[in-house]
Amino acid sequence: MTALAAGRSARTRRRILVTAILAALVIALFLLTLVLGNRVYGLPEVLGVIAGQDVSGASFTVGRLRLPRAIIATLIGVALGLAGTLFQTMLRNPLASPDILGVGYGSSAAAIVAIGFFGAQGATVAVVAVVAGMAVALLLYALSWRQGVQGARLVLIGIAIGAVLVAVIQWVLTRIEVYKAAEALRWLSGSLGSALWGDVPPLAISLLVLVPAAAVLARRLGVLQLGDDTAAALGVRPHRTRLLLLVVAVGLVAVATAAAGPVAFVAFLSGPIAGRLLPGTALLLPAALVGAVLVLAADLVGGNLLFTTFPVGVVTGAVGAPYLLWLIARSNRTGGRL
Amino acid sequence: MIGSTSEAPAGPRGVRPALRRRRLLLGFAIGVGGLALAVVLSLVLGSRIVSWTEVLGGVFSPDPDSFAQQAVATRVPRTVLALLVGAALGLGGAVMQGITRNPLADPGLLGVNAGASLAVVLGIAVLGIDATGEYVWFALVGAATAAVLVYTVGSIGRAGATPLKLAIAGAATSAALASLVSAVLLVRTDVFNMFRFWQVGGVGGADFAALTPVLPFLGAGAILALLSARGLDVLALGDDVARGLGGRVGPSRILAAAGAVLLTAGAVSVAGPIAFVGLVVPHAARAFTGPAHHWLLPYSAMLGALLLVAADVVGRVISRPSDIPVGIMTAVLGAPFFIWLIRRAKVREL
Repeated sequence: MTALAAGRSARTRRRILVTAILAALVIALFLLTLVLGNRVYGLPEVLGVIAGQDVSGASFTVGRLRLPRAIIATLIGVALGLAGTLFQTMLRNPLASPDILGVGYGSSAAAIVAIGFFGAQGATVAVVAVVAGMAVALLLYALSWRQGVQGARLVLIGIAIGAVLVAVIQWVLTRIEVYKAAEALRWLSGSLGSALWGDVPPLAISLLVLVPAAAVLARRLGVLQLGDDTAAALGVRPHRTRLLLLVVAVGLVAVATAAAGPVAFVAFLSGPIAGRLLPGTALLLPAALVGAVLVLAADLVGGNLLFTTFPVGVVTGAVGAPYLLWLIARSNRTGGRL
Repeated sequence: MIGSTSEAPAGPRGVRPALRRRRLLLGFAIGVGGLALAVVLSLVLGSRIVSWTEVLGGVFSPDPDSFAQQAVATRVPRTVLALLVGAALGLGGAVMQGITRNPLADPGLLGVNAGASLAVVLGIAVLGIDATGEYVWFALVGAATAAVLVYTVGSIGRAGATPLKLAIAGAATSAALASLVSAVLLVRTDVFNMFRFWQVGGVGGADFAALTPVLPFLGAGAILALLSARGLDVLALGDDVARGLGGRVGPSRILAAAGAVLLTAGAVSVAGPIAFVGLVVPHAARAFTGPAHHWLLPYSAMLGALLLVAADVVGRVISRPSDIPVGIMTAVLGAPFFIWLIRRAKVREL
C-alpha cells in the first residue's frame, strides 16, 4: 500500500517536473526566436519590445515580424501536438496520426486550389482550409462506417483519400505559373515565413474553443480505451464520442494548416515523444508542449542554422521520417498492434 | 516447382478445364478488341476534332502536312505510351500482389513511386540529368530501394507482411520521401519547374525518343513477370506449403520482385507516378480468371493497357481543350474502388 502510494507520488512528481521543463523549453525557444535572425537583438531589447516600449529597429523587426512568427509557431505546435495525440489514442495506433491519414491533405488541397486558381489570401484561405478539412474528415468517417468504425479500416481509407487529394494538389501545381507554383509549394511545405499579426487572432480564437473541448473529451477518451462495450456500460456513447473527438482533432489540424500550411510530422511525433518522457499517464498537456517545442526548434534550425532558409515543415519532415520508420520497425518486432 | 502432372487448376463449380480454357481465350480476345477500339478512339478524339482521312494521314504519312494530321501524329506516341505503361503497371501490380500475398499492394501505395520521385529529383538537381533515358536509371534505383525498404519494414515481426502493415509502411515512407523531395525543390525552382510536370503522372508530352530507352526495361520486366507465373501460384499457398511442395521460395520471390520493379520503375520513369492502376487492374482481372497466375498475368497486362488508354481519352475529352493528366484520372477512378475493396473485406483479414 505504502509502496503503491510512494510510486504514485513519484510519478506525480515526475509528471510535474517534466511538464515544467517542457514549459521552460517552450519559453526559452520562444525568446530565442525573437533574439535570432538576420540581425541579433539582445534579450533586454526583446523584453523591452514585449513590454511595449519603443526600441528603435527592434520594435519593427521583433515586434512586427518575429513576435507573430513565434506566437504562431507555438500555437500550431500546441494544436498539432494535441490533434496527433487525440488521433493516436483514439485509434490506439501511433501511426494513425493526421499526417498519415489523409486528413491534412483535405485542407492543403482546398487551400492550394484557393491560392492557385482564385488568388485567395489570408483569412479566405484559412476558412477554406478549415471547411475542407472538416468535410474530408466527415467523408472519411462516413466511408469507414460499417457497423461502427474500425481503426484499421479508417487508416486504410484515409490513405486512399489522401492519395486522391495528393493527385489533385499535384495537378493544380502544373496548371499555374511557375512562380505561383513555387509559392504554393512553399506553403505546402509548412512555412512560417509569411506569418503576420493578422494571422494570430483567428488561430488564437479557434484554439480557445478547441483546446478546452479536447481537454473535456480526453476524459471520455480514457473510458473509450477500455473497449466499446465497457465504455457504453460506463455511460460513454462510443460512436458519438469518437465522432466528436474526430471533429475536434480535425479542427485543430485544419486551423494549424490554415495558419502555416501542413507542417509535417509534428502531430505524429508529439504523442510518442511525450509518451517516452511520461510513460503511462494522460498525455495531452505534455504532448501539446512537445509540439510547441518541435515547431519552435525546427523553425529556428530552418531559419538560422542551415546554409539556406528552409520552411519549418521541411525540417520537421526530415527529422520525423527516420523516427517514423524506426517506429514501424520496432512496433512490429515487439508485436505491437498495427 | 510443382510436378508437371498438375494441369491448370480446375475451374470453380466444376467447369471442365477445356471449356474454361476456351472461355478465357474468348474473354481475352474480347478484351483485346476493346483495347483496339480504345486505341482508335485515342487517335481520333482530342482537343482538335479531325476527320477519318486526316487520322489515316496523320498515322501513316511520313511527314504530316496539315494541322489536323500533325495533331493526330502527336497522338500516336501518346497512345503507344499509354498502352505500354498501362500494361506494365497492371502486370507489375499483379505480380506485386502475388509476391506479397497482399490484396492492397500497389506501387503507388507501397512507396515505390515516391522512391522513384526522390531519385529522379536528386538526379535532376545534383547531376543535371534532363532526358527520360537518364531518368529511368534513377527511377529504377529509387523504386527498388523504396520497395525493399517498405517490404522490410512492413514484414518485420511474427505476423509477417500483413496488408495493413505494408500499407502504413508505404504511406509513411511516401510521406517521408515527399518531404525530402520538397526540401530539394524549394531550393531549386528550376528543378521544380521540370519536376512538377513529371510528377503528376501523364502521357501527354510523349514522343518516341523518350520512350525508346525504357523499352528494354519494360521488356525484361514483362518476361521475368510472365516466367514467374508458376512460382507465384506456389507462393500463394504460403511459404511453408510452398517449401513442402519443393518450390524454392526465395529465388522465385526475388525473380518475380525484380520483374515487378523493372516494370513499375520503367513505367514511372517515362510517365511519372501513376497510382491505383497496379491495384485495381489485378482485382478486375481476377474476377475473370480466378487466382491462377498464368491467366491472371496476361489479363492484368491487357486490362491495364485498356484502363490507361481509356482514362487518357476520357481525361482529354472531359476538359477540352486542355487535358487532365492520366495520373489524376486513375487516382480519381481508383480510389473509390480501393475504398470499396476495404469496406468489403473483414477487418480481421486486413
